Amino acid sequence: MSYLPTGMPVPEPGPEDAPFWQACQDQQLKIRFCDNCSRHFHPPLPSCPRCGSMHVSWRELSGNGTIFTYSVGYHAVHPALKGHPPYNVSVVLLDDADDVRLVTNIVDVPPDELSIGMPVTVCWEDAGNGTLLPRFRRTTSDVGGSGSAA
Amino acid sequence: MTFPMTDWPRKLQPCIVGVGETAYAKRGGLDDRTELSLCVEAINAAATNAGISASEIEGFASFGFERHEPAVVQAALAAPLLRYASIVWGGGGGGCSGAVMLAAMAVATGQCRYAVVYRSICQGQYERYGQYRARPLWGGFVAPYGLMSPGMMVALTYRRFMMECGTSSEHLADIAMTLRANAQANPRAVMRGRPLNREEYFASRMVADPFRLYDCCLETDGACAVIVTTADLADRLQVPAVPILGAAQASGPRWTLGPMGSHNMPIEDYATTNSKEVAKAIYAQSGLAPGDIDVAQIYDAFTGLIPMGLTDYGLCERSEVASFIESGALKQGGRLPINTAGGLHSEAYLHGLNLVIEATRQARGDAILQVPGVRHSLVTSGGGTGHKSALILGQPN
Repeated sequence: MSYLPTGMPVPEPGPEDAPFWQACQDQQLKIRFCDNCSRHFHPPLPSCPRCGSMHVSWRELSGNGTIFTYSVGYHAVHPALKGHPPYNVSVVLLDDADDVRLVTNIVDVPPDELSIGMPVTVCWEDAGNGTLLPRFRRTTSDVGGSGSAA
Repeated sequence: MTFPMTDWPRKLQPCIVGVGETAYAKRGGLDDRTELSLCVEAINAAATNAGISASEIEGFASFGFERHEPAVVQAALAAPLLRYASIVWGGGGGGCSGAVMLAAMAVATGQCRYAVVYRSICQGQYERYGQYRARPLWGGFVAPYGLMSPGMMVALTYRRFMMECGTSSEHLADIAMTLRANAQANPRAVMRGRPLNREEYFASRMVADPFRLYDCCLETDGACAVIVTTADLADRLQVPAVPILGAAQASGPRWTLGPMGSHNMPIEDYATTNSKEVAKAIYAQSGLAPGDIDVAQIYDAFTGLIPMGLTDYGLCERSEVASFIESGALKQGGRLPINTAGGLHSEAYLHGLNLVIEATRQARGDAILQVPGVRHSLVTSGGGTGHKSALILGQPN
């Protein structure tokens, strides 16, 4: 059972972002990395948005991060959301990846408990067509503690 | 100083000489008209306001999402010659003031004598903004998570702004009530006759927390047009010519599509409207400072864009934005009245071109809720999209 219903839009990887989604199928979070200035960036571009270098690669991350901001949606902007209870959309600032953030959902935190700065850890859910999506859950003391910023 | 540069010959100073609009109505309210006919009606009204025939228009400028090609509009105006046609990149309203900039550059460089900036929207006949549509770039990083509406995209940035700058839903309520109050005097405003009090604001349904229904702009049908020419030609017309003192487009580093993209703007710029560089440019061009602005039309697709816009344009400090709003500065009679015709929130949603019209009227001194003694009138364009634009208008000579 995924956080949002089947029928939601699914990723349609193109040449720039296909490696990101391929890594997701292996439950790995891989983010673009500039081999020239040694900084991460997202979303994938063919060159580094800080230094312009085209020497870019992919780096695997821990999957830990913190909530940078969030909103709770009450309005069915897509037919698949008709009748669905309010859902959060959160922006997670990833640990050890400079200022890279992912737009995602926090799957196990009710709207009134969400807060900026809350530590979260990646989990994987089916987008509806077999594609695995990186979503996040609240970091607990016995799971995913290493590298998680307080 | 004058746009586009300090030693520009005065006779080439670009000016707004005419503004016009159709009636505005809620989405579907003008379904007995085609969108193109609304467009032509607005341009004819602007031409009449400028004291010219619409057939004299040679230049055509608009911004992203415009559906009506200049060569088609030209034919519908029976204009014999198109000499300039251009459009600003980007969706929504970010390029609105930029389209005025294109028109200004076209007349100042002699590409055409009279240029029109236009926007026509009949949502009853085309897409509804705010509904899901596939985004060609990076959509897979947002849509599967339910991030599809501009309201929620901007709500994410405003949530962060609340934390960084100490604002709350009370400030959004203040702004929504101010905008709605301004609309009550405006016969064109879709929300005239529908005043809003604090209880009604807080009772409105939550759309994308922290935005409620009354934080969101209207869905309307209608059209707007603005005529631009040089001071030299304007002198021959029997109408006030409002000089364009500053007109700029800009985007800061790594913004890409901002809230409409993957939300990876630089952290220090996240809770902004990406307008700091536009602000720098228009103040430099005009030789003015934020304190010189007497009235402002701030792009208000969502109420939360206003506190962010105020700080981006230096109209108040980030640490003071809460108290600035609480002081009543933004209301009629306040230090800096905003969106004096009701804005996109309560007059009509024409992607910001109705804000340019109101800014022009404030500069001319013939607005309905006229701010006394306006010398400099600011209009800002865009909230959640890519690059942004703005204008500073001066007093007619």
